[in-house]
Formats: sequence, C-alpha cells, structure tokens
Amino acid sequence: MSNPDPKSIELLRFTTAGSVDDGKSTLIGRLLHDSKSIFEDQWDALQRSADLAGGSDVNLANLTDGLRSEREQGITIDVAYRYFATPRRKFIIADTPGHVQYTRNMVTGASTANLALVLIDARNGVVEQSKRHAYISSLLGIPHMVVCINKMDLVNYSEDRFREIREQFYAFVPRLDIRDVTFVPISALKGDNVVDESQNMPWYHGPTLLGHLEDVYIASDWNLKDFRMPVQYVIRPLTDEHHDFRGFAGQITGGVVRKGEEITVLPSGKRSVVKSIHLLDQELEEAFSPQSVVIQLEDDIDISRGDTLSSLDTLPYTTQDHDANISWMDEQPLVLGRKYIIKHGPNTTKVVFREVVHTVDIETLEEQHGTAELGLNDIGRVKFKTMAPLVYDAYRKNRNFGGFVIIDEATNDTVAAGMLRSPEKPAPVPEHKDYVI
Amino acid sequence: MNKYKLTHLDYLESEGIHVLREVAAQFERPTLMFSGGKDSIVMLRLAEKAFRPARIPFPLLNVDTGHNFPELNEFRDRRAAELGAKLIVRTVEDALAKGIATQVPGELSRNRLQIPTLLAAIEEFRFDAALGGARRDEEKARAKERFFSFRDEFGQWDPKKQRPELWNIYNGRLIPGQHMRVFPLSNWTEMDVWEYIQREKLELPSIYFAHKREVVRRAGQWLPVNDLLPPKDNEEVKTLQVRVRTIGDIMSTGCIESEATTVEHIIGEVSTARVTERGGRADDKVSESSMEDRKREGYF
Ligand SMILES: Nc1nc2c(ncn2[C@@H]2O[C@H](COP(=O)(O)OP(=O)(O)O)[C@@H](O)[C@H]2O)c(=O)[nH]1
Repeated sequence: MSNPDPKSIELLRFTTAGSVDDGKSTLIGRLLHDSKSIFEDQWDALQRSADLAGGSDVNLANLTDGLRSEREQGITIDVAYRYFATPRRKFIIADTPGHVQYTRNMVTGASTANLALVLIDARNGVVEQSKRHAYISSLLGIPHMVVCINKMDLVNYSEDRFREIREQFYAFVPRLDIRDVTFVPISALKGDNVVDESQNMPWYHGPTLLGHLEDVYIASDWNLKDFRMPVQYVIRPLTDEHHDFRGFAGQITGGVVRKGEEITVLPSGKRSVVKSIHLLDQELEEAFSPQSVVIQLEDDIDISRGDTLSSLDTLPYTTQDHDANISWMDEQPLVLGRKYIIKHGPNTTKVVFREVVHTVDIETLEEQHGTAELGLNDIGRVKFKTMAPLVYDAYRKNRNFGGFVIIDEATNDTVAAGMLRSPEKPAPVPEHKDYVI
Repeated sequence: MNKYKLTHLDYLESEGIHVLREVAAQFERPTLMFSGGKDSIVMLRLAEKAFRPARIPFPLLNVDTGHNFPELNEFRDRRAAELGAKLIVRTVEDALAKGIATQVPGELSRNRLQIPTLLAAIEEFRFDAALGGARRDEEKARAKERFFSFRDEFGQWDPKKQRPELWNIYNGRLIPGQHMRVFPLSNWTEMDVWEYIQREKLELPSIYFAHKREVVRRAGQWLPVNDLLPPKDNEEVKTLQVRVRTIGDIMSTGCIESEATTVEHIIGEVSTARVTERGGRADDKVSESSMEDRKREGYF
C-alpha cells in the first residue's frame, strides 16, 4: 500500500459472487495479497491454521472466511465486507456466497455496489449460477460488470475457450439490463491478469482485473439529474445565536441542488426557494448526490421527516398503488392481504400486497405466472398499496430513490427488499370539452 | 470531467452522517460511546456535522475500566465539555463493587469486564441505541457486522439474526428491552480514520504520538509499565520511543516503537505497516475466535 492523496481518491464498491469452488475466495485473497493489503499477523494466523491442518500450504481462500460456524462448514453464509486500497482507488468488496439459498445475501451485497464481479470456472463455462449472479446484478441496477474467466491455467490458457465462454455469456445478456460488461481471463491461483499482467496469454490485450477496477468510470453512477432529498431530520437549535435556524437534514439521493433554486416539497406540493446549504460550518453554493447536507428554505412551510425536497423540472411519482420487483428474504412466505411495514428512505408506512404478478425461476430466468407464493430467496414482481403515498422514482432511474424494504410487524425483521417500477399509466381520461352550461 | 465527484473520505463522511441522523430520528434514547480513542473522536466529529448548528442530541457514554490511560480520560472530559455535551461515565470498579461484574482469578485485563458494565449502563438509562466507533476492517468477526446491529434482551449478538441492510435503509425497530448497537464508521479503514483526522485537523490524546515511555516485553509486545502493571523480576524495563495504534485496557494495549510525532508521520507509518492495528492487543490473541465470542456476549 503506498500513500494515496486522499483529496482525489474515489471509492469503488463491488460484489463478488461465484459458485462454490469457482475460486472466489482465492481471487479475493489474491487481490488483497498482491495489492499488499494483508498484514503479517493475518498471514501468521493463516500459517498457523495451515500447520494445524497438517502442514499444507497457506490457503489464500482462508483470508476471507469470517465466522466460526462458517469455518466449520467450510462455506460463506453471509455478506462479508473487505477493504483494500491501491494508490489509485479504495475498494470495498461485498463478498457473497453463490448458492441459491443465499440469493438474499447477494441481493443485499448488490444494493450498494458500483460493479459486479462474476466469476466463471473456465472448465465449466457459463453455468446457471453465473446467470443468476448476472441477473441479480442487473435487477439491482449495478452499473458495471466484470466477468472473470478463472482457472485459465487449467485450460492451457486457451484463447478459444475464453471466446467460447464469452459467446455463451453474450447469448443471454439481451435478457438482462446490463450497460457495461468487460471480460478478463485470469488465474486466481497463479496470479495471471489479477494484479500483474499474464505472460501466458499474449492474445489478451485488455487490462488486468485490478487495472480495470482502478480505471472504470464511476463518477456518473449516481443520478445527477433529478434533485431529490428525503428529509431525515429537522434541525432547530433554538439557541439565541441561531434563533431562527430551521434546517432540513438529509442525504441527497439524486441530482444537484443550488442556492436560490426553486424547489417543491412532496407530497404536499408546496414550493419554496433554497436559502442556504450547510455542511458543518461551511456554506455551499451547490450540493449533489450522495452528499449529506442541511438545507434552509426561504419560506416557513411545514416540513417533517419523510417529506421530500424535489426539483421542479422532473417530478417523482407520488402514488399509493405500486408495482415493484421484490426479493423475499424471510422464511415466512409473503401473505397477500396481510399488513406489513414498508420503509422507503426515511418514510415508514403500512402496506398490503395485492398480487404476485409473477415469480422468476432463478435457474432459467423464466417468468412464472399464476404462482401466488413468494418465499425465501424468491424473486418476483408484486403489486401493492401503501397507506400513505410514497414519493419515489423508478428504481431504474434512481437506485437510491426507488428501493425499499419490507418489515414484518410481528417480528420487526426485514423480510424483503424491493425495487419500484414506474406506475402503470392511469387509465386515460376520456377527451372532453368543458361545455359551459 | 465530472465535477460532481466525491472523494472516498467525503463518501464515508456522508454515509456516517446519514447513519447518525437515522439514529437520532429512529430511537428515543440513543447514546454515543465516547472513549477519547481515535475512532470515537472521528465519530464525534461526524455527529457535530450531522446536527450543527444544534447540539448533538444525545449524551456521551464512557465505560471506564479504571485501566484507562490517564491522558485519555483528561481528553475525554475536556472534549465533552467543549461541545457542551452531557458525559456519562460508568466504571468497571463500581460494577465490580455492586457485583454486576465479577473477576475471574488471574484476569488482568478489564476488557471483558466492560461488557456487564456497559449492559448495566444501557439498562440504567434505558438506552435503546448505543453508537460505537467499531470498523469492519478491524477484525474478521466484524467483517459481517451491520451498521445497525441488533441485540436481544441479554445484550447478545446473534450473527444469524442480523437484519439485511440494503441501500441506505436501516431498520431500527425494537421491542422494549432490546437495543441496537450502531456503527457509523463500519466502512472506514484505519487509514481512512487517519486521513480524516488529518483533513479535519482533529485533536488527539497525546499517547497516539511517539513519546518516551517505560515498557516491558510480554507475549511478543511492548506493554506500558505502570502501577497496575509492575514489571516482574525477570523482566527488563526499557525506555523506548513508542506510541499506541489502538486503545484498550492499559494492561493489554501494546505500544509500538515509533518516531511518529505528527499525523502526517503516522499516515506514513500506517501505509507501510505490516501488522494490523489489533495485532497489538493481547485480548484478541487468546483464540482465533476470541473476538467473535466476546461479541456474542455483548462486546462492542
Ligand atoms: N488451478 C487453479 N485452481 C484454482 C484457481 N482458483 C482457485 N483454484 C482452486 O479451486 C479451489 C476452490 O477455490 P476457492 O477459492 O476456495 O473457491 P470458492 O469456493 O469460490 O471460494 C481451490 O482448491 C483453489 O486452490 C485457479 O485460477 N487455477
């Protein structure tokens, strides 16, 4: 690790998912090791457990094992977050298990990622799990994808095999919503094209995996067009010095806001003008997503937690009837007609599901109609009604303003996560003229 | 080039502020655990940013092991006073006297005894959320920790019962008796903390910087000599130029030899360090799963 200049370093968040034994743990261990993010005491601990296990080689994969129960079972069962840095970027890896029964973990890890790393074993080619990872990445709107074709050493570093797998992958990409995909042939075990360029694949002219992670352009991953700020907290110091200060605090979930700009408050629809934008003792001329700021308005209008400040040019939807993709995360399946709690930004209200439009067979990616059941790790499309209206954008347009979670009132557990779709067009109002009677 | 671009520190700062505001909004009686250590100093800075120009809307809480470095307590009290924040201190000493905590014979470090002391304080003030400065990069068992980490009536952490966290949505719903530990610095690394301290020009207790101190070598690390920890007969007391990387119980916090007298120097050292920061803490070494065991019982 050298010493990056903190003033210009960006953070890239990525997920890794792969089938068991595709080499995911080895790859992460390799990235950490070759970027010199592994410390001596961690290395010693690995060496100790290798000795205990009977003097085998240090297993890079063990670096990423977390909880004891997982060590015992030899699998990863949750989302584990790992950190490393190079002189050019900082990285957060959301490391998720690949098996169907961990779909919910994959969904969780994917929700905050800029990039999805899909791992494929060169010997096996594209398998159902690879498709599922790609599908979940696309469903969760991850902007970038890297497909690592691993274990190239076991297929003689063959260019033909690489191309073949790439074709297999391209064959189902049209079914997904992926904007940017890059293929890299690697050997996680030997280190080819992970951090250092491979000497064994002269036919490959692209970047190494790390090179790509350092370069991929992420500054436009946030929605910078439609200003939205859900109000989290109202700041009223009520001190002599700041007697009239009334600030609306929140994280900007979309767009840019400027001092002097006219905005609207939803759902009330009242309008005002931005008087000032604060970040501690700094006053800003403008602020953008995902900054956390405090905004004061010119007019004294009634605003509280859960209201949204929005630009006037493009308005979000404000509706009570919703259509969304959903990932069910609880052992108790969804019960139609029952009341749940929905949390969307700082907003919490009740919700009743009316219909499961379809579920998605995550092996084949086929939509299945007529199945009302949505259980643990299922993904589907649902219609529901909320007690209070939600103010939102379609998830496709803004990931941070279109996502929600569902909470079971009885257990307080988070039981599902969803991605809102544009509401169905209201039935067109029949054309009519206003006859004056 | 896109001018609307956040650096990693801005991103982490914004994320932390968001979490702090969620805590203020979702809980009735939150507290911020402030030890005077570097991570809690950063957390306190984020709290200032989250609520300025209003006061931080919760009291500060410190569990004093009685084995704290004196420099730390002085700093803790002064910082709280400067911010006009209410500071609650609960001591392990007191918990021992009341029988809330009991010592195992031969147990030197009081890190474990912090657990019942903290849980008793949470009960005493009926806190429903306790903000802590722990980071996921500190230790393997923390890698899966949530921002909102759910604890049952016994203050226990069950890795299987943690709630999924997506986007920036945090589910803080509880039934009475349960509480939440919240970690706004989850995604920060040791380096990020130092860079932020540098950027924000945050004041730190003096023990983080290189100073001359009497130490003895024990279990592969340099431990500070003090009244509680007299050197044994066969141990050689040395005076070395040292600093601490992480602060715990004075009995188990190893010092490292260092020439770093400024934050810039420390950043230089951290970037070339070859040992994790908790590598200097004897309490983590007991077994490979020791942190996980303590966490289950209610450790931070
Ligand atoms: N030959 C070869 N073996 C690999 C490679 N990557 C991983 N492996 C081996 O594949 C097995 C599974 O790897 P692991 O990282 O544990 O897979 P995971 O289950 O996806 O985490 C281990 O025996 C690794 O040593 C590679 O690039 N080449």
